[in-house]
Amino acid sequence: MPGWKLRNMVALPTNKLEAWRYTDLAPLSTLSFAQAPQATAPALPALDMPRLVFVNGVFAGGLSSSLDFAAPFAAGAEDSALPLALLNAGLARDGVVLNVPDGVDAGTILLFAQATATEPFAAHLRHRVTLGQGARLTIIDIAKGDGVYWHNPVTDIALAPGAQLAHYRLQDESREAFNTATIKAEIAAGAVYEHFTATIGARLSRTEIHATLRGEQASAQLSAAQLLTGEQHGDFTSVVAHKAPNCPSRQTVKSVLSGLARGVFQGRIEVDRIAQKTDGYQMSRALLLSPHAEMDIKPELQIYADDVKCSHGATIGTLDENQLFYLRSRGIPEDEARALLIRAFLDEALEPVRQEDAKELLEAAIETWWTRQ
Amino acid sequence: MLEIKNLHARIGEKEILKGVNLTVPDGEIHAIMGPNGAGKSTLSYVLSGRDGYEVTQGEVFYNGQNILELEPEDRAAAGIFLAFQYPVELPGVGNANFLRTALNAVRRKRGEAELDAVAFLKLARAAIKNLSMKEDFLKRNVNVGFSGGEKKRNEMLQMALLQPGLAILDETDSGLDIDALKIVAEGVNALRSPTFAALVITHYQRLLDHIVPDVVHVLSGGRIVRTGPAALALELEERGYAGLEAA
Amino acid sequence: MSASMQEIAERKYKYGFTTDIAMEEFPRGLSEDIIRLISAKKNEPEWMLEWRLKAYAYWLRIEEPDWAHVKHPPIDYQDLYYYAAPAKEAPKSLDEVDPELLKTYEKLGIPLNERAALAGVAVDAVFDSVSVATTFREMLSKAGVIFCPISEAVREHPELVKKYLGSVVPVRDNYFAALNSAVFSDGSFVYIPKGVRCPMELSTYFRINARNTGQFERTLIIADDDATVSYLEGCTAPMRDENQLHAAVVELVAMENAKIKYSTVQNWYPGDENGKGGIYNFVTKRGACLGKNSKISWTQVETGSAITWKYPSCVLSGENSVGEFYSVAVTNNHQQADTGTKMIHLGRNTTSTIISKGISAGKSDNTYRGLVKIAASASGARNFTQCDSLLIGDQCGAHTVPYIESRNASAKVEHEATTSKIAEDQLFYCRSRGLSEEDAVGLIVNGFCKDVLKELPMEFAVEAQKLLSVSLEGSVG
Repeated sequence: MPGWKLRNMVALPTNKLEAWRYTDLAPLSTLSFAQAPQATAPALPALDMPRLVFVNGVFAGGLSSSLDFAAPFAAGAEDSALPLALLNAGLARDGVVLNVPDGVDAGTILLFAQATATEPFAAHLRHRVTLGQGARLTIIDIAKGDGVYWHNPVTDIALAPGAQLAHYRLQDESREAFNTATIKAEIAAGAVYEHFTATIGARLSRTEIHATLRGEQASAQLSAAQLLTGEQHGDFTSVVAHKAPNCPSRQTVKSVLSGLARGVFQGRIEVDRIAQKTDGYQMSRALLLSPHAEMDIKPELQIYADDVKCSHGATIGTLDENQLFYLRSRGIPEDEARALLIRAFLDEALEPVRQEDAKELLEAAIETWWTRQ
Repeated sequence: MLEIKNLHARIGEKEILKGVNLTVPDGEIHAIMGPNGAGKSTLSYVLSGRDGYEVTQGEVFYNGQNILELEPEDRAAAGIFLAFQYPVELPGVGNANFLRTALNAVRRKRGEAELDAVAFLKLARAAIKNLSMKEDFLKRNVNVGFSGGEKKRNEMLQMALLQPGLAILDETDSGLDIDALKIVAEGVNALRSPTFAALVITHYQRLLDHIVPDVVHVLSGGRIVRTGPAALALELEERGYAGLEAA
Repeated sequence: MSASMQEIAERKYKYGFTTDIAMEEFPRGLSEDIIRLISAKKNEPEWMLEWRLKAYAYWLRIEEPDWAHVKHPPIDYQDLYYYAAPAKEAPKSLDEVDPELLKTYEKLGIPLNERAALAGVAVDAVFDSVSVATTFREMLSKAGVIFCPISEAVREHPELVKKYLGSVVPVRDNYFAALNSAVFSDGSFVYIPKGVRCPMELSTYFRINARNTGQFERTLIIADDDATVSYLEGCTAPMRDENQLHAAVVELVAMENAKIKYSTVQNWYPGDENGKGGIYNFVTKRGACLGKNSKISWTQVETGSAITWKYPSCVLSGENSVGEFYSVAVTNNHQQADTGTKMIHLGRNTTSTIISKGISAGKSDNTYRGLVKIAASASGARNFTQCDSLLIGDQCGAHTVPYIESRNASAKVEHEATTSKIAEDQLFYCRSRGLSEEDAVGLIVNGFCKDVLKELPMEFAVEAQKLLSVSLEGSVG
């Protein structure tokens, strides 16, 4: 449908919806979308691991590894009421289905989405990741591109008892692009979903995670680092629903904002009546480096069980004056002292990332961002 | 007088007390010694009525009354006092308020008149002086930020005010320096009278240098395996608990 | 209800009696005519009536808000009485107040006779739609303090009312504020002139008595430069099976160096243990720190009402101005509370503190909802927020919904929240010392709330502590 406009097709969520209070998709609705252009070969990161590559919204078989647990895209109905996931369900034409059998450790794979736009286009990839009992998988999930485009991927995750999925995302899109990623994870007893997103690119982006803990000792460890500058807008929204007793969950977000950037963190812990002994925690820390940056935080607790340990903490501010003074009193110039403290803050943000390749990749991305500042 | 007859108790599925028999007549102080895991703390919690400890057999009479059906607060009113091994912190609850509330609740149940603030303060200050404690003790929150010794002193202060007929000291000596140990001992000794009895639960003999017991019992494997005079404690100190089961 | 049941019920809510007195009521329902009647009854000037009618026209156009975490059947605004007052002419002095009313307030612990009154507290007693008595007025006026029913202020001090009414809570602020602006019938007015430290605590005691009557009071407090005032507010209502609406608006204005301390012990009838009856308490309270170094401090103990919807807020415009919010909200049985605050930082070096303690028991729902907003202009602003929830029993809910928005890099915002229950070992410890389980819970809850209770004026603190224990009766065991 060349030339179609979103606002003519669907009702995008507006700020009037509580879940979209801080992120306005208006700039997206005025775009006129063309057909995705022919794929060109992207520059792939030098990572020695099996990979699945998508270019301009289409699976690039020639660039991808053959995996015995991967199957082609399968269309399916959307069971949530999330507006962008519903839109994706209607428009998705490609994606991948990963199915790791019981007890198999499938190692680490790269999921790479590249977009090169001459005219604005939209890509709605739909992925399904299913891990059998005790299965393991690590996904390094990278999105990159040039020009104006909209990536609106949805990933459905189902983890059987004892399964472990580590999901490391680097959102390094074109600075004119839009990225709205929805991830829904169903986590059974003893299974662990570990998620990290580094938000560096895109003019406007949102990562929205809905993790549901279905059995005892199911765990969701969700974290993000948002490094935003210029007029970028980055939103990390996560909802962890505790629907079984004895489950731990973490939601931690670190944001560094300069220029006119705006960062958003909306976190929610929902504890059902039966989810006793829940251990839920949310933390958001934000550094504002310029007088015009903005951070909006909504860390929410919704609790219906009494024997739980839930807490959240949030801070927004600039660098600590005492620390700055201490460094300077030891002879370090102010600029250097600032740089030192900001780097320390960012390094800390990467702590949850344990896989070595992912860590190196993300460190390099942060380094690049930092030297651009 | 405390009479424990064939007391069996368990936590969950695990039987800890397996037939304890014990009598503590008024006016006497009995020590219960024993190795770790013998059931010493369980015995003190069963006597004071803590939830989660299920009595499966046996009876406990205090002054002729079977206390096993009583709520913890009713046992306190009846005169049973447990000095905790690990006194609990109550953030935001002032010590004076806590003590007065407890004292008046007990007095009410004992049919005694409640104390007004002035009378209570007089009493509390005297007790604090006796225990060589600082007066700011009353202003602080219950056990919050207290050192180990201060917590134990606070237990003694409560005991002095509540005037129990039976004191159970659950490893009150753990983590105490010698000065604090003496204060605990003085606290108990000060209450010695023909109408007061005490059960001193301890792993070590050293507290018994300061609170000389009339009788020493050895609890091991959920039963009293030996009973003897004060000298038994010294013997245990020398030889340890090994081989007691056989004795 | 058997005699003993009656006793128990009354012990739980001891202010549940009704006063039998001849009342004048306007017909049920809301219309321009009713508003004109209210305005005429108050001998209001034309500008006041117009202000009301504009508010009404706006109210008709908007919808009731639905974002709060509360549920209730739709309110039929045409089924309410908007004006109910004792039939006798307004008394000229305290000596002329109907003895039946004096008795009512005495029973509530608020003697209106100045000789018997609490030393150092002046009281404005509001009964349904009107102020029935205001004590110590002469003494206050010697200090230059104006303390009178707002209906009187509209006539006697129009310049002040015109200037400030609606200046902090605009008519169009929200649904209930618009409704209140249209139909408010009474409330208190306070003006503390420059440099005056109000010589006594000021207090308004609100009583709803009449059946099916909404109470819409309006309070306006202005502290001029360097002035200081402490104001207390109490509220009770009879036990009735049907829900009653209370939609108040409170506006505070603090000029340079002025300090206003506003304390509330809210004990409206909460409904019975099955959730029948009780007050819908939909209140808009906001203070404006207009002057440099001004300070507004809200302290609230919310134990009553079937539903509480209120967010006492501060708009911190003046440089170095300070906003504080200390709150205890207890819900039991079927009560619902959605309460919190908004701290809007506009001026440089403004600071705010939020301490909120929510306690849920029974089948109740208790939500803290708060906004901290740091505008780009608020360099050096600081906020600290602590909100803690305590759950008693596993049939209740505790929710925390904070919004934190910062647009200034030199500002510092800190927020902490926890949710916990009363630990078994704390309970056991107290019980082993002879406290009943309920007393133990009361003691621990009072400890949990201490940081807030210590902010209350002394006369109120004692009452509030008792209230906390009573509110939680029947929540354990």
